[in-house]
Amino acid sequence: MKKEAAVASTAPKKKMKRCKEDVIFDTVVFIILTIILFITAYPLYWVIISSISDPSAVSSGDVLLRPVGFTLKGYAEVFKNSSVMRGFVNSVIYTVCGVMVNLIVTLPTAYALSRNNFTGNKPITFFYMVTMFFGGGLIPTYLVVKNLYLLNTMWALILPGCLSVYNMIVARTFFKSNISEELYEAAEIDGCTQGRFFFKIALPLSKAIIAILVLYYGVGHWNSYFSALVYISDKQKYPLQLVLRNILITNETALSQTATTAEARAAMKEKQELVNVMKYSLIIISSIPVMVMYPLVQKHFVKGVMIGSVKG
Amino acid sequence: MKAKTTKAKKKGRTARALKRDMSLYLFCLPGIILTFIFSYVPMYGIQLAFRRYNAKAGIWGSKWVGMYYFKRFFESPYFASTIKNTLILSMYGLIVSFPIPIILALMLNSFRHKRYRKVIQTVTYAPNFISTVVMCGMIILFLSPSIGVINQIMQFFGADAVNFMAKKEYWRHIYVWTGIWQSTGWSSVIYFAALSGISPELHEAARVDGATKFQLIRYIDLPSIMPTATILLIMNCGSILSVGFEKAYLLQNDLNLGVSEIISTYVYKVGLINNDMSYSTAIGLFNTIVNMVMLITVNKISDKLSGNSLW
Repeated sequence: MKKEAAVASTAPKKKMKRCKEDVIFDTVVFIILTIILFITAYPLYWVIISSISDPSAVSSGDVLLRPVGFTLKGYAEVFKNSSVMRGFVNSVIYTVCGVMVNLIVTLPTAYALSRNNFTGNKPITFFYMVTMFFGGGLIPTYLVVKNLYLLNTMWALILPGCLSVYNMIVARTFFKSNISEELYEAAEIDGCTQGRFFFKIALPLSKAIIAILVLYYGVGHWNSYFSALVYISDKQKYPLQLVLRNILITNETALSQTATTAEARAAMKEKQELVNVMKYSLIIISSIPVMVMYPLVQKHFVKGVMIGSVKG
Repeated sequence: MKAKTTKAKKKGRTARALKRDMSLYLFCLPGIILTFIFSYVPMYGIQLAFRRYNAKAGIWGSKWVGMYYFKRFFESPYFASTIKNTLILSMYGLIVSFPIPIILALMLNSFRHKRYRKVIQTVTYAPNFISTVVMCGMIILFLSPSIGVINQIMQFFGADAVNFMAKKEYWRHIYVWTGIWQSTGWSSVIYFAALSGISPELHEAARVDGATKFQLIRYIDLPSIMPTATILLIMNCGSILSVGFEKAYLLQNDLNLGVSEIISTYVYKVGLINNDMSYSTAIGLFNTIVNMVMLITVNKISDKLSGNSLW
């Protein structure tokens, strides 16, 4: 069927001469798309070349198209910074644990709700739908977390959002179309229980959706800072994004002392330039886990959106 | 067949069905318990908006004050300014960010060079995965008057350096257009998926009748993604007063606070920095109610006009 579609779409192109309007149209589209490509790619590219350029060249504006005076000083500075390293380790731990809890909660729920003759289908779906449109808000949720003594623990970051309704619906749609009722009935005749079926048959057949969920949840945990801002006050437990916020946004590393002599001023300027390049290196390092995975998993990401869009 | 089954058999079947459902209920249990604790218990905690919170006495022991905190919010100068800022920001964002992904998807779909299209898609999706903190860090670095690349380029062309983040009049544009940069590619995925579902015969037939490419888009592609677009528009309208906290908070500074203080950042500051729990809860509740009313209204209008609705 896919082949048919491909043939059909190329056939008229070959048969028919493109009229003048089409040529103009194609050219305009080509130009616009190229501009969009450039606008999207250039800032990312610029961060990369700045992170490996000479600090003084970056601040004087010489770095525009390619790195100037290759150096890894910025990266060295990042690795020297203990709070960044601690944040990185914390974030890895929070992300791994968080994704595991997400999967343990989301997959069984999605599977159960994907069964057509499950009597709990309607009430449980309703139970989750309500949370999409109505919630307690910041303070009541904060008080619940506080009363459970979860403040300053990683569970405050993991448990409150452990089931994303959107991801659950994506997984449910997948189970519905890939794990048929007949398959279960066949297994049931052979004496298979629902639990055994889920672990031994349904899950091994669902690697694609597990990959999608791991990615969606994983990126979410890695990139989030709001819940840590609210629930974590102990600096030792800061995730990477909160450390980044202190360096990139509130400029914790900015040098405050005023230099009096010319030499001291020059030294301070150099230091300030180094700090700036370090920021670019920091952006790269913090994005590495997501960006390395990105080309490998882009297809799965897109697939997730498509599964989700079948029934949102 | 079913009519022939005896009562005993029927009873056995329902019992078996129940037994099977038992394990499915068990599957749902962890999610239900956690969602109950972290979503439903806080809903019950909303009554804090009507009580003067007292940490020692707990929610039940706190004194009932009725609409006091709502009145206080309505009478405070922040009421008008935060709502105005939130509304302008989200309206502006909605108007710009709604059509652009559709246009991008339509262009990509009509673009026949497969390889180049893949490249464009891969690159435009990428910014979506950058974290908000890094995104805001980049914005601040790029727009910095001393070291920012934007100012360097402007100075190259002979213009004066501008401290963008300190100017109120630029803040909304910066917020919205960097959002466009970050999310357009990813938002177009859903439309692109809808477009690839259009049967090629439709295009073929139109081509035979001499339609130009632009006409194909206007009369075939656009109408066929309208239902998807409407649903997304309704959903967006439902969150018109819930502009995300994360980005606005990070881009705030004392100089732009006049336009950048939105409801969610104000709720955070009142509740967790000033420790005025009840007041913060009341503002949050007000926000949620407005959102729900918006969602229901827009959904109803859309249902009347186009027959597309959420439920």
